[in-house]
Amino acid sequence: MEILALVKRVPATDSKIKVAGDGKSIDPQGIEFVLNPYDEFAVEQALKTKEALGGTVTVLTVGGPESQKELRTCLAMGADKAVLMKHEGPELDAHALATVLAAKIEELHPDLVFCGRQAVDTDDAQVGQRLAALLGWSCLSDAGTFELSDGSWTGTRDIEGGKESVKGSLPAVITCNKGLNEPRYPNLKGIMMAKKKPLEECEVQGAENKETLVALTPPPARPEPAILGEGPEAVAVLMDKLKNEAKVL
Amino acid sequence: MSRFKGVDFYAVDGLLDDEERMVRDSVREFVDEEFMPVVVEHHRAGTFPAELIPKMGELGFLGAGLRGYGCAGLNSVAYGLILQELERGDSGLRSFVSVQGALCMYPIHAYGSEAQKEKYLPAMARGECIGCFGLTEPDYGSNPGGMVTRAVEDGDSYVLNGVKMWITNGSVADLAVVWAKLGDEIRGFLVEKGTPGYSTKDVENKFSLRVSVTSELIFEDCRIPKENLLPGVSGLKGPLSCLTQARYGIAWGGIGAAMAVYEEALSYAGNRIQFSRPIAGYQLVQEKLVWMLNEITKAQLLAWRLGRLKDEGGMDFSQVSLAKRNNVWMALECARKARDILGANGITDEYHAGRHMCNLESVYTYEGTHDIHTLILGHKITGIPAYD
Ligand SMILES: Cc1cc2nc3c(=O)[nH]c(=O)nc-3n(C[C@H](O)[C@H](O)[C@H](O)COP(=O)(O)OP(=O)(O)OC[C@H]3O[C@@H](n4cnc5c(N)ncnc54)[C@H](O)[C@@H]3O)c2cc1C
Repeated sequence: MEILALVKRVPATDSKIKVAGDGKSIDPQGIEFVLNPYDEFAVEQALKTKEALGGTVTVLTVGGPESQKELRTCLAMGADKAVLMKHEGPELDAHALATVLAAKIEELHPDLVFCGRQAVDTDDAQVGQRLAALLGWSCLSDAGTFELSDGSWTGTRDIEGGKESVKGSLPAVITCNKGLNEPRYPNLKGIMMAKKKPLEECEVQGAENKETLVALTPPPARPEPAILGEGPEAVAVLMDKLKNEAKVL
Repeated sequence: MSRFKGVDFYAVDGLLDDEERMVRDSVREFVDEEFMPVVVEHHRAGTFPAELIPKMGELGFLGAGLRGYGCAGLNSVAYGLILQELERGDSGLRSFVSVQGALCMYPIHAYGSEAQKEKYLPAMARGECIGCFGLTEPDYGSNPGGMVTRAVEDGDSYVLNGVKMWITNGSVADLAVVWAKLGDEIRGFLVEKGTPGYSTKDVENKFSLRVSVTSELIFEDCRIPKENLLPGVSGLKGPLSCLTQARYGIAWGGIGAAMAVYEEALSYAGNRIQFSRPIAGYQLVQEKLVWMLNEITKAQLLAWRLGRLKDEGGMDFSQVSLAKRNNVWMALECARKARDILGANGITDEYHAGRHMCNLESVYTYEGTHDIHTLILGHKITGIPAYD
């Protein structure tokens, strides 16, 4: 079984994001970049599938040379090889990204593609589904469970307040949700072996954005907390604020 | 859950290679996710989280610096970073890994027969066989050469008699590496749990290293097969060479504990308002925080350089003494200052500084007390030993 996991380098979720001078990108200064947390589920699921059925796991990212670090993390977790599709400059939109990925996937022809349900930087949650559409493959999005048997898959999609049970044929694109599995830590032997595993680089070609990022605006600063009073006197002030300012009563 | 970010004022990260950083981050995550949620309950109960042992084996923490026999074969800096991160969690967690790797697997790897290596090392690397190291005795601590535990040859066995004291992992160990005198010479013996004549008794009611088992080992006509003698070494240099390995790791461990208490004190000082402002805004508090940062930064560079020297084959045991002495001392001082900054909150286990402070009192004493390392260094630079 040829398995592909799509991954992305993103700022750690507890980073304090500052908008850069151009107003359209984030200032990378002092930010720790990590493997997108949802992609950890994708890599784990790819590795589990390989462990059960044999085959190879390839991890692929579109990004700058610094994304090698996240690819190496995946190799240390146990992936067999990595592909870095080099792209710098403005980030590709979901359509452009799915298009370049689809072209590469035609070349790699995996049986299964796992990716995270969304990247936690843009929170777009579109790439997996668009990719399946372009390839004409089945797709399980927001996978909470996933199982393979004899060339077909069954799984559940996490939906608001419940689960949808779905089955489909291979090849397929699976977008992985939290809870699908428990991602492993890279073990130390894996880390030592990672540097000897192949990491192929190629250029992204012919990508064309249909959307343009106009501006990034940080959320408004939170107002300073205020102490309204103490003891019984505070109650009246609080009631007034809840009624007239917050308008929740 | 908040993630530990580490302290890196001098961009020491830039001195590490990708693998070293990845090892560090992997252990850091393990400590955040698996150990921090349970540390307080184990500290209260005075127990070691044994459920983490197989996981630590699987991740490759045990004997990580050794080659072959299922060990990860990391370089010395990567190995040190593991211990730094573990001790950020608790000195007891780090002690477990130090004892297993540096004090038990190392002598088998360095001085054991091929059969001993095959039999024990892979199982020890997986965490299926836990080791302990018996050197100290009730009457011989800083002066282990005076030990009175004896081995006597009898047919195809050795018979051991004596008592070892303050032994980390003692009662939970499947295998004890015991140093005893055979005639006049100190030799290493492998004693398996359950051997008749071998019993253990735990040290109870500790203030310090509560997340670690400390025991007494008792040998009463304990008969072990002859093939359980470590063939490759005799004399005090056997156990001392193990201690050099362990002390190397402790020098890194101290940095971890110091980072933990610094981070906690810095964040507390920024939030705690007294009089008109956060206490971080007062000069006296700033001085304490700066002292910590200053010492942590020096300790990081010291440990890093020592690691590179170790890999280049140029490390002298006295350099290890200097790093153990400095880094544990500074960690203990950091913990005391952090406890102070936390005020009354610093004396409860809702915060980590108090636990680290108490732990570091043990670390200051074991593996050669602070003052014994002073004497080792004094001997080295003057040529005159101040001990007999
Ligand atoms: C939690 C814990 C775990 C331990 N784990 C192990 C283990 O796994 N295996 C093991 O073998 N041991 C272990 N030890 C024992 C440890 O190594 C000894 O406690 C240490 O070597 C000091 O010995 P001591 O306690 O007998 O103190 P002593 O040697 O009696 O020292 C007491 C004081 O006297 C000072 N002193 C001693 N001699 C001199 C001198 N010549 N000049 C000046 N000052 C001197 C010391 O610096 C110290 O301040 C452990 C100890 C602890 C606390």
